[in-house]
This record gives sequence, structure tokens and C-alpha cells, in this order.
Amino acid sequence: MKLVIGIVRPEQANQVLEALHRAEVRGFSMSRVQGHGGEMDRVETYRGTTVQMGLSEKVRFEVAVSDGFVDKTVAALCEGGRTGEVGDGKIFVVPLDHAVRIRTGDTDEGAVTPVSK
Amino acid sequence: MIAAIDTGDTAWMLVATALVLMMTPALGLFYAGLVRSKNTLNTFMMCIAAIAVATVTWAAVGYSLAFDGTGDLIGGLNQSFMQGVDFAPRPEGTIPELVFFAFQATFCIITVALISGAVVERMRFGAFLVFAALWSVLVYAVLAHWAFGGGWLFERGTLDFAGGVPVEMASGFSALAAALVVGARKDYGRQALLPHNAVYVLLGAGLLWFGWFGFNGGSGFNTGQNSVLAFTNTLLCPATTLVVWFALDLIRGRKVTAIGAATAIIVGCVLITPAGGFISPGWAMLLGALGAIPSYGIIVWRTRTRVDETLDVLAAHGTAGFFGILFIGFFAQETWNGVADGWLYGNFDQFVDQALAALAAPVYAFVATFVLLKVIGAVMPLRASDREEAMGMDVNQHGEEAYVTGEGAILLLPEDHEKAGVPVADPG
Repeated sequence: MKLVIGIVRPEQANQVLEALHRAEVRGFSMSRVQGHGGEMDRVETYRGTTVQMGLSEKVRFEVAVSDGFVDKTVAALCEGGRTGEVGDGKIFVVPLDHAVRIRTGDTDEGAVTPVSK
Repeated sequence: MIAAIDTGDTAWMLVATALVLMMTPALGLFYAGLVRSKNTLNTFMMCIAAIAVATVTWAAVGYSLAFDGTGDLIGGLNQSFMQGVDFAPRPEGTIPELVFFAFQATFCIITVALISGAVVERMRFGAFLVFAALWSVLVYAVLAHWAFGGGWLFERGTLDFAGGVPVEMASGFSALAAALVVGARKDYGRQALLPHNAVYVLLGAGLLWFGWFGFNGGSGFNTGQNSVLAFTNTLLCPATTLVVWFALDLIRGRKVTAIGAATAIIVGCVLITPAGGFISPGWAMLLGALGAIPSYGIIVWRTRTRVDETLDVLAAHGTAGFFGILFIGFFAQETWNGVADGWLYGNFDQFVDQALAALAAPVYAFVATFVLLKVIGAVMPLRASDREEAMGMDVNQHGEEAYVTGEGAILLLPEDHEKAGVPVADPG
């Protein structure tokens, strides 16, 4: 069991969603985050004040998957998130000790495998 | 001899002009609420840009082409650059021509702004500015001449109180042409593209309605009976449109929606625009009720097509303007308007005059806009790239965001500017 964390561009979020759907990865969370990872800094101007936006908007996907799904999930995140420019984001795969589905009390593999109902 | 200036008329027209000018930022608010948050400023700015561009073109040649002389198709250039526009009234008027000029300018402005609804979230700002400048002269001024300035519809006796022809049908059918030429947003039909702030939409619609009292109430250019009638009809007609829209929403989705209500206000105001000073209050209420149905139908139908006429200018303005113009042909009543009866009161010719306007204006607006955008598109790109569209038009067209948090933002001093845009870490 792994937790796959993918941090991608907001404008690519929809492509990632579609790629995950195609890879049959059904359960995940996503959130808007701000971060910095070496991309070009964006410069904006407000009434004559020029500012460099040091933090950029990103979307963070968190997908808890059984071991067999790790590669598919990573591939889907890469496929959906890549534009080839600096700032496409990162993927982190971390081990997952334990998972519980709150409704049923299912644990571990049973908890991260989506149910049809 | 200078014809008499009426101080009461002038006072009202000064206020009415300001009311109509306010409708354009109100439209900006309405449109901004209907788009996604990353396009808020760009959408609003298209309306602000209309004020900038259309005012200049109107002063330069638009006003003259619309209101100088009685040519069938187009006016003259004798009043270009505001020559002879001063404190004296026009021959038929009781207000200084300067006020008349400004009032008509605000109409040109909002019509240009209305079309932006068809192309928001993807059209390049620069291309829109060029389009706005040319459209305000080539389409708006021509149709304003036809309906208001002594052109062929005006001479026939077509009744158009406040702009069913040059404002509503012109913007609606031009919007359809613009949507077809510019093309759909890249995610259209794949992803739900939802309004990001319904409160803006309702507030914008409310302010538009408020401004519309100047728009319709001022279109008699005096404080006489037609103006008073149009003013009160501007309250009655949208109210009945709202009621019917609620009912249609209930039948279709079992809930009355806020975005629907805001749309209904616009549709109702558009319906009464051509008819305001010509039909009785009772018929105005019927107009609002009946006119809701075709606009509602077009909105439901349009979203199922591949035509990304994004903010439904065709349904709200084109369709409702068309319906209002024809409605006058049936229900105009000389005992109320002092001008002409409609078919219902035995004057079939009036219906013919209205039907001609309802055919000619959409055809001219659609064709002229289609050709104009094709020509502009041959000279410069009309659309932002897919990547820019995905990032949002606010950042890439204006370098600003509507809902910036400021977290992580570093103040740049002038000497830092050359460093901007350099990657701060080399990813290797």
C-alpha cells in the first residue's frame, strides 16, 4: 500500500482527472496548495506596484492505492500533468502503514479498493 | 432660431445618460460572476474597454454616421469629430445636442460590451479592442441610423423605442457570429464550466435593471407621456418575466435558481426595450410573460450544441429583442403612444414594418460581424493559446488576478526588473 502524492499545475488538473479516470483510479483527494519548486517566477503589477509571485498555485492529488496500482497512478499523474515546461510539479510515493474505511471498518487493502456501492 | 430647450427634459436626460453609462460596469459585474474565477478581470475589462473604445469611435465618426442626415442606409460625415454638436437642440428635440450625443454614446458602449459575452475566457484582449472599435462604427452606427437616425426603417415608421434593432438584436446576432468565428473554449463540452460567483450575477442584473430605467425612460428624450410609459413598463415587464422564469425553472428542475432569476431580469428588460413607450402597461406585462418562453428555450437548447456562445447573448438579447420588436406589431396602441396602432387594433402595416426590422437587423448584424472577425483574424490571432486559456486570461492578458492572496509575493524595486522571469533554481 502506498500513498501517491502528485503536485501539478492547476491548469493541468482536468487532464490529470481524466487520466486517473482512464487508469481506473477511482478514489483520491485533491486540494489547492501554494508552493515553489524552481519554476519561472510570475510578475504581476497592481496600480504601479510590481510584485514577483514567489509562490505559485498548484493542485495536490493524494491517492492511496494498493501496490498493484502504484505504477498506473504515477503514469496517469505524469501523463495528465506534463507540459514540458519548468513547473510541471512532482510526484512522491510514500509507504502507507494502515488505512481504514470509516463506514464499514474495512482495513488496509480493503479500505483503499473502491467499492461499486 | 434655436428651438426651445426644456429644462425639465434636459435635467432628466442628464440623469438618464449617467444611468445608462452605469449599465456597462453593471454588465461587467454580471458577466464576471458568470465566468470562472481565473477569468474574472478579463471579462470585466472587456466591458470597461467598451467604454474606452466606443466613446472615442462614437465621437470620431460613429455619431455622425448614425445621426447626420437621412440617407437610407447610412448617415453623413458632417458631424464627425463632433462638429456642430453643441448647446443647440436637434431640430426635433428639446435638449442640447451635447446631451443627446452623450446619451446615444452610452448605448453604443453597452452594445459593444454585450457582445463580449460570446467570446469571454478565450479571446485575446488586443483583438477584442480592435474588434470593438470597428464594430462600433461598421455595425452599431449603421443599425442606429436605420432605427433612430432617419434611415430606411425609421422612415418606414418601424417602431423601436429604445433599441431593439441597434442594441438588442445587433448584439445578440453579432454574438452568435462572434462565437462561431472565435470558436469554443477548449474545455467546452468536456468539463462543466460553472459561474464562479452568483452574487455578482444577481447584483449586476439588479444594477442593470436600475440603469435600464434611464435606458428606456430616457429614450423619449423628454419627460412626456411616452417616456413615463416606458419608465413604468420597465418595472412591469421584467417582473412578469421573472414570475414566468420561476415557473419554468420549477417545472424543469423543481428549484427556482438565482442565475435563472438574474437572466430573467435581463430578458425582461430587453423585451420591453423596443416596446417601452408604445404599448399599454397591461400588454407590457403580457410581453414579459410570453417573451420569457423563447429565451428560456434557446438557453436550454444552446447548451446542448457545440456553439459556445458563452454567456447566451443571443438568447437574452437577440431572441428577446426579436420578440419585443414583433410584439409591437401586434399590440401597439395609439391611445397610449400617440403614434401608431398595431395589427390587433387594425393596422396590419405596422406589423409588416416590425417584421422587416426583425429580419433585416439580425441578417446585417450576423453577416457584418462574421466578415469583420474573419478579416481581423487574418491579421492577428483572435484567441489566446490553449495553455494561456488553461492558466486563465487574468494572469496572461493583464498580469493581475481577481482573488490574489499576496502570500509569497515579493515587492520588486525598479532595479530588480531585469532579474524578473529568471528561474530562481536550476532544476538541472
